[in-house]
Amino acid sequence: MTEPNAQTLRWMYETMLLIRRYEETMAQVYLEGKLPPHIQMGLAFDIASGPVPGEMHLAAGQEPVAVGVCAHLTVTDTVVGTHRPHHFAIAKGVPLDHMTAEIFGKATGLGRGKGGHMHLFDPEHRFSCSGIVGASMPPACGAALAAKMLGTQDIAVAFFGEGAANQGTFHESLNLAALWKLPVVFVCEDNAWAISVPKDKATAIHSNAKRAAAYGMEGITVERNDAMEVYHAARQAVNRARLGHGPTLVEVKTDRYFGHFQGDAEVYRPKDEVSQLRKHDPIPALGATLRKNGLLDDGSEAQIRDQVDARVRAAFEFARTSPYPSAAEATEHAFA
Amino acid sequence: MSNARTLTMAQAIAEAIGQEMDRDPRVFAMGEDIGSYGGIFSATSGLLARFGPERIRDTPISESAFIGAATGAAAAGMRPIAELMFVDFFGVCMDQIYNHLAKNRYMSGGQVKLPVVLMTAIGGGYGDAAQHSQCLYATFAHMPGLKVVVPSNAYDAKGLMIQAIRDDNPVVYFFHKGIMGLPWMKYFDGATNGVPEEAYTVPFGQAAVVREGRHVTVVAVSQMVHKALAAAKQLQTEGIDLEVIDLRTLVPLDRETVIRSVGKTGRLLIADEDYLEFGLSGEIAAVVAERLDQIALKAPVRRLGVPGVPIPYSRPLEEAVIPSMQSIADACRLLMDAQLNQAA
Repeated sequence: MTEPNAQTLRWMYETMLLIRRYEETMAQVYLEGKLPPHIQMGLAFDIASGPVPGEMHLAAGQEPVAVGVCAHLTVTDTVVGTHRPHHFAIAKGVPLDHMTAEIFGKATGLGRGKGGHMHLFDPEHRFSCSGIVGASMPPACGAALAAKMLGTQDIAVAFFGEGAANQGTFHESLNLAALWKLPVVFVCEDNAWAISVPKDKATAIHSNAKRAAAYGMEGITVERNDAMEVYHAARQAVNRARLGHGPTLVEVKTDRYFGHFQGDAEVYRPKDEVSQLRKHDPIPALGATLRKNGLLDDGSEAQIRDQVDARVRAAFEFARTSPYPSAAEATEHAFA
Repeated sequence: MSNARTLTMAQAIAEAIGQEMDRDPRVFAMGEDIGSYGGIFSATSGLLARFGPERIRDTPISESAFIGAATGAAAAGMRPIAELMFVDFFGVCMDQIYNHLAKNRYMSGGQVKLPVVLMTAIGGGYGDAAQHSQCLYATFAHMPGLKVVVPSNAYDAKGLMIQAIRDDNPVVYFFHKGIMGLPWMKYFDGATNGVPEEAYTVPFGQAAVVREGRHVTVVAVSQMVHKALAAAKQLQTEGIDLEVIDLRTLVPLDRETVIRSVGKTGRLLIADEDYLEFGLSGEIAAVVAERLDQIALKAPVRRLGVPGVPIPYSRPLEEAVIPSMQSIADACRLLMDAQLNQAA
């Protein structure tokens, strides 16, 4: 097994911290103006109020999936994410300030405020995502097909949840990718919950990775929410794609620390589930690996955390102080 | 026009695709049975032999996957043409079309360029029943983010296809089976016409006045243009002179040509093979209604379309719901006899 080098290990750790800090900050900022007494009419919560309106799906706990996979990618590889996209975007290198501005609906946002948190597009870093469950796989196949036809070494990654593995697009795309030997990696983030429905109430088999066999493809299951384990599984899959040997399905058993969306009362979830999951937080686990390798000590840890805090603060400050788009822009950009 | 030969619409479309594939290596086509079969309606006939299976790519019956892949390939620099065999099959892939292909450019603030042509077969009149006979172009025109092209003849079909391939936006290109010039389906001769050998474009958003007339403006697209022209020929003997407008594209829509014509004739019939309600005919009627401060009507607007039922199978039933040359002629006679209520 080829271990990640020091630079990659540091990047993985810093990026996981950055994602976590980002999501925790967003969880706080999202609540601004949404709770009494800021809102009227006897509501307990108003989804439309505050600086960040609309739904908010946060990925704290799922950092290993994003960094373990994206550690192997280049700028020109394509990543298509999900409705819960921040960790993927951050790990793919999408600029934090423009992404945050998009989530604030500002003119400096990635899509000039037209997409919002579920619809982040960064062509430069070849990142996109979709609010529709199961929508990531077909365009990832297309990006992979383009790479193949253009003769580049680029690959594409489609991230999706375990709930999305029951969509037709999953099966259509796995078949297409295997049939055409496309340089694509399908990464199933199994966080055990499709909103409120647990996997065993939605999926007839225990492991989605087994479904790969139906398409003549290797399926790999990463049983632990561990960045190093994801890294090793993804390495095989990415190498296979890059060498022109076709697609792989990688399933990662990961953990969702927040609700499906912010404001989700999570009545469906055992009360102590998250506190149990947090005992296996993947961030300190990776930190311990770095320390064991002499890549981290108390001093550098504090320094990294300060840098991460500063980057997140700056991104939110950029978003808050950016102007809104003018109303006239609403009718622009439908067509070139 | 140099080097014009007579081509069928299917031949003209295939020629357009072939010439653009010669010109630009980023152009490729994928769809069900587009390779050795040449497309069920021959829109890619002969192209596999010229370009091979990488660029004329047969797909599995997985419309969501390959239409979504067209979006992804376009975002990554290619210029794909995807064929949805019948427009009626949109139900199995509409999320990839209208939530992604149509919206991603807007949601990206104009950053993501998606030069995709989605071509698809439309139309009934040959007993293929409710799931293989619809037009549905108005459904696609209703949703923002897609250009909508509906050619009526081979000359336009070639120029509009080349324009579509060169456009940096998603274009849905609808060809009517009954004007493709297929050896196994009756078609209107007027659709098979002179087509220059060289590549050329027909710009979007420019309707064609295909017949000038004084009394009634008939607005149509696709096969209905030919039915309107046949009705005009018949009515000429009765002294009724039709002006026939072929819109050619619905998005963008050439409103001015419609207004100019209705301003001249004062009478408007929209003859449409798509569903009557909430569609093309209502849109054109609204375009005119909104401009009645500038032009005057001599009679209320009339509309023909498929009334609120799916396309029936049985021949007399299908003939009863799809507007015909006869129903267009009848509607025009009624328009000539009708008057506006001046008392109101």
